Amino acid sequence: MVYLQVIVNGLTLGALYACLAVGFSLVWGVLNVINMMHGSMIILGGYLTFFAWAHLGVPPLLAIVPVAAGLFLLGWVLQMTMINRLVSQPVLTTLTVTFGLDLILYNAMNLYFDATPRRVTLDLGTVVLGPVVLAWDRVLVFALALALTLTLYIVMRASRAGRAIVAVRMDRDAAALMGIRINRVYAMTFAIGAGLAGACGALMAMVFPITTNLSGLLLGKAFVVCVIGGLGTVPGALVGGLALGLIESFSGHWFGPQNALIIGFVLMLALLMTRPTGLLGRKGYE
Amino acid sequence: MNKSIWIFIVFAVMLAAVPLVGNNYYKQQATFIAMFAALALSWNIIGGLAGYPSFATAAFVGLGSYVGALLQNAGTPMVLAWIGATAVTAVFAALLGFGLLRMRGHYFAVGSISIVELLRLIASTWSDLTGGGDGLNLPILAGGPEFAGRVFLYAMLVVMVLAFIMAVLVDRSRLGFGLRCIEQNEDAADMVGIDVRRYKTAAFTLSAFLCGTVGAISASWVAYIAPTDAFSILLTLKVPVMVLLGGPGTLLGPVIGATAFVIIEQTVWSRFLEYNQAALGIVIVLLIFFLPGGLMGRLRRRRVAAKSGKPQQEASA
Repeated sequence: MVYLQVIVNGLTLGALYACLAVGFSLVWGVLNVINMMHGSMIILGGYLTFFAWAHLGVPPLLAIVPVAAGLFLLGWVLQMTMINRLVSQPVLTTLTVTFGLDLILYNAMNLYFDATPRRVTLDLGTVVLGPVVLAWDRVLVFALALALTLTLYIVMRASRAGRAIVAVRMDRDAAALMGIRINRVYAMTFAIGAGLAGACGALMAMVFPITTNLSGLLLGKAFVVCVIGGLGTVPGALVGGLALGLIESFSGHWFGPQNALIIGFVLMLALLMTRPTGLLGRKGYE
Repeated sequence: MNKSIWIFIVFAVMLAAVPLVGNNYYKQQATFIAMFAALALSWNIIGGLAGYPSFATAAFVGLGSYVGALLQNAGTPMVLAWIGATAVTAVFAALLGFGLLRMRGHYFAVGSISIVELLRLIASTWSDLTGGGDGLNLPILAGGPEFAGRVFLYAMLVVMVLAFIMAVLVDRSRLGFGLRCIEQNEDAADMVGIDVRRYKTAAFTLSAFLCGTVGAISASWVAYIAPTDAFSILLTLKVPVMVLLGGPGTLLGPVIGATAFVIIEQTVWSRFLEYNQAALGIVIVLLIFFLPGGLMGRLRRRRVAAKSGKPQQEASA
């Protein structure tokens, strides 16, 4: 029953991927902007959690809140000062600008924190359930990642800000006519995306060593999840994340972990080529 | 239009004269300028004329450098290896374009970036062929650095001139006209009878094949390639930025942009190696916010303003 273990590994990884991609997907879906900074923001969240834990002794579970809040603020400021002015520009412009901002953030992190892999060690031990071995820290992170994703879902459904975001995603002009302040909604969306990246980074630091070199890889994963699951919806990101987790877990099992990455990319490209606007592609989000 | 051609000829002759007056450092810089001008001119066909945000430049450069390196290590003469790399890159781009160009906008951008990532992963995994992460060594050109510097400068110059001739031909042909239509409104272009699929694939292939040549030449120049350098994500970003700096969709824009970029890079931020990426990032942000339309766009706006006698801001619309 080795497959049971593979499935469990895939699902724990997948929940993390869902959490990693959900903010990215929200920003892409609502603003129609690809945030190339997403990977570096996750790393920043992870580093901040690590330093809070290593130097200030803050328990990582508590650190999630201020870390997410800090990145939320960063996202808000970036959107209000810069990206709001470019939202209606062509893809090339918005993508290049966030790419440029990503280079600045990445470079700054490399200088101030250097690229040493860092990890918060929780040492919670393992649990054996029949043929499956589970590390408690992974179970914890799995649960938290799902909880975060679910929280976003509830916020989008139940809060005023969430409804406004959904309204803007559906029809920007009509939403503006209903008295929704588009720029604020955009800033809120981008800030939520950044905050989720920070929280996800905090979770990642508890199970994987975090280093700046990972930022491109994480961004790549966010792309793949968005393409598999579709843009701008929480259930889409969840489905995409879990699917990617399972795909990587199985292809890692069969073909070796290095090839698992390649398979993820090939699958995304194949999907994109057969469904040119994404799997659950919706009109208007090209 | 003819003025652009004359300006380019003067520019190319100036670069060609560098070995007569400058030392090896200047020769190297001139080679970089020719190389990036060729890449920018190539990118302009798909990115500037057709308006497709391609970030696949590094994929073609990397592919060209690996094919060139493998051919040279198999005993092929250097120039033949370059031609072989060009051919392989062209075929690859044509096949890839067939699938990739079905996507638009963000999806195309994402797809084209992931080609770079994918090829890099393959190059670092397939170690039997590519040497994996250790990379490949190439034979060093005999005749000393003085001679080699000249050979590679002139090789890059030839590629730059070819890229410019290609740009002029495309600009004046039906293809160029069709691509401009696609840039403005692809569905409308399709409706009026432009074979959108074929035009886009042609543009994508044309924008790729000289990147393969550049890759092969620079592999011979540096005499060593490795996956992260060959399929560099920074390169794939730099080239569109150069075109944006110069002015997308124009003939001279990419050349001016590449030249200005290389000069800025060499004079300003090569002094701050640690801030290399951040400096590029800052240049990008400043460029997008303060120089939309690039240097050429700025010039043209001035001219329009001067002709109509209106203040500059009004003419910018």
